[in-house]
Amino acid sequence: MEKPTRRIDHAVRQFIVERFLYGDHSAPLADEDSLLDKGIIDSTGVLELVAYLQSEFGIEIPDEEIIPDNLDSIAKLTRYIQHKQSRVAHAG
Amino acid sequence: MRVEEFLEHSAHRAPHKTALICQGSRLTYAEVDQLSDRLAGALIEKGVRRGDRVVVFLDNSVEAVVSIFGILKAGAVFIMANSTTKAEKLAYMMNNSEAVGLIAHVRQGPVFAEIENHSPSLRVIVTAGSGHDTVSGNRVTVLPWDEALHPLTGHRPAPGIDVDLATIIYTSGSTGFPKGVMMTHLNMVTAATSITQYLGNTADDVILNVLPLSFDYGLYQVLMGFKVGGTVILEKSFAFPQLILNQLRDAKVTGFPIVPTMAAILLQINTLAPGQFPHLRYITNTAAALPPAHITQLRRIFPSTKIYSMYGLTECKRVAYLPPDQLDIRPTSVGKAIPNTEVYIVNERGQRVGPGEIGELVVRGAHVMKGYWKLPEDTKRALKPGWIDGETVLYSGDFFRADEEGYLYFVGRKDDMIKTRGEKVSPTEIERVLYMLTDVLEVAVVGVPDEILGQAIKAMIVLRDGAHLTENEILLHCRLHLEDFMVPQAVELTHALPKTDSGKIQRRGLPIESRR
Repeated sequence: MEKPTRRIDHAVRQFIVERFLYGDHSAPLADEDSLLDKGIIDSTGVLELVAYLQSEFGIEIPDEEIIPDNLDSIAKLTRYIQHKQSRVAHAG
Repeated sequence: MRVEEFLEHSAHRAPHKTALICQGSRLTYAEVDQLSDRLAGALIEKGVRRGDRVVVFLDNSVEAVVSIFGILKAGAVFIMANSTTKAEKLAYMMNNSEAVGLIAHVRQGPVFAEIENHSPSLRVIVTAGSGHDTVSGNRVTVLPWDEALHPLTGHRPAPGIDVDLATIIYTSGSTGFPKGVMMTHLNMVTAATSITQYLGNTADDVILNVLPLSFDYGLYQVLMGFKVGGTVILEKSFAFPQLILNQLRDAKVTGFPIVPTMAAILLQINTLAPGQFPHLRYITNTAAALPPAHITQLRRIFPSTKIYSMYGLTECKRVAYLPPDQLDIRPTSVGKAIPNTEVYIVNERGQRVGPGEIGELVVRGAHVMKGYWKLPEDTKRALKPGWIDGETVLYSGDFFRADEEGYLYFVGRKDDMIKTRGEKVSPTEIERVLYMLTDVLEVAVVGVPDEILGQAIKAMIVLRDGAHLTENEILLHCRLHLEDFMVPQAVELTHALPKTDSGKIQRRGLPIESRR
């Protein structure tokens, strides 16, 4: 079942804030902010993020898709997950 | 020879050669030379004098490289601050070094005000990047990057000689505050000459560096690349390894420095097939040993690449390397002394020990630091009399043994320093930050084995009666006060910590089970 954009966006933000900002919802984090430039994720953070996305959204993330264009902001993550889910839905 | 001459000589020999590739910019040697000349002129005009300290608070960028050489050309001493350093620690470094200058990205604006208020020695801030800055500019001159690089007028004085300080490298200190390792030009030129010799670096080399320039291993990639007139590709991080692998292949990279954490991450990539990187001449590893299983896998994926296991410490940069042909014979050794360096192992009485015996590694060479900045007692503990009257040698604080043929094996550290992601972290520095929380009664920070990080940082904490602090609140506090690599991976709230007879908290003896 595809999740609506809002819910994906919310879930991803929730995970990032809980896991990498230790629940600090007061920290300003815009949808388009680069997670890397803001120092929110690093190389091990990316591994955790990928593991979370795979289990939470039931998507496969091949190595070549682990790139900033897909994962480096909440907005990019949301678009990427939607795109992946729609591919799964169409294939199914 | 002085460090800035690496750049000047290469710019003279091959002005149009690509020196630096970073974030889509390509700069020739002539360009880097000219930009750093201009920055030097601007710094001098703003009052920076020979021997003054200037802090560079930038991530890996063209500006960071230009700053290093610009500061040296002005005769000043550069200090690299990790770009995730928080205001309080940056202020400590600025004050401790009595820095007169700061070069920082404009987006760090909120930090400037605090720095300005707390750093009486500060006279000039150069701001890289575009946008508004929030510096008051009352006492301190604020110079936007573009203005700092205006064409020069007037003559620049000679910067100095090779026994002058080139850099102060702040390392995590056992007192809870960082200590500054003083390196002269001679120290750095000696180290860079030795390393480029055994790696066989030439002007044909293309070195891809993802390590921060605030980490001496990253910094030296630029220095060594410029020394031989090669090309340095600077990346900001290893967060997206696929991009780095694409760069390795597409830019025909010949040299790739890594730490064990990067190897562990690389080897998780399933699509990494053997033989994709025929141009890659060498991979170097330092900071901690690669697990033998990772060495085997790296060799399978990079069959034509030489893998160098190395060992060093900031206080002299590099100590030993294992010639790649020895890797199969003694995979856990870090080899022998680098060229123009002498090492030996001594027992507690300072006597040399024989093969197989464990003792402290001592390093002798012109790359050994001048000492710790303003810490004569710490300097005395690390630098002790050598063979020649007046000479000092470096006591590494690391226990080693040597085999019958003289190859060195790292055994452990004398103190409780944690090695995480290749960086040395003092548990005391983290404990000091945790004690800032009034609800915290007792803390012990330890390193626990971790497949990716080498050691993960774990804080064991006893709270005061009635305190309700959560683990997340504690971690958030750490994140706001420590560099990213120092933030613990785990916090455990506990009822008591083991103590010595004198009541001191004992880190050793704490449970250190693996995190994963």
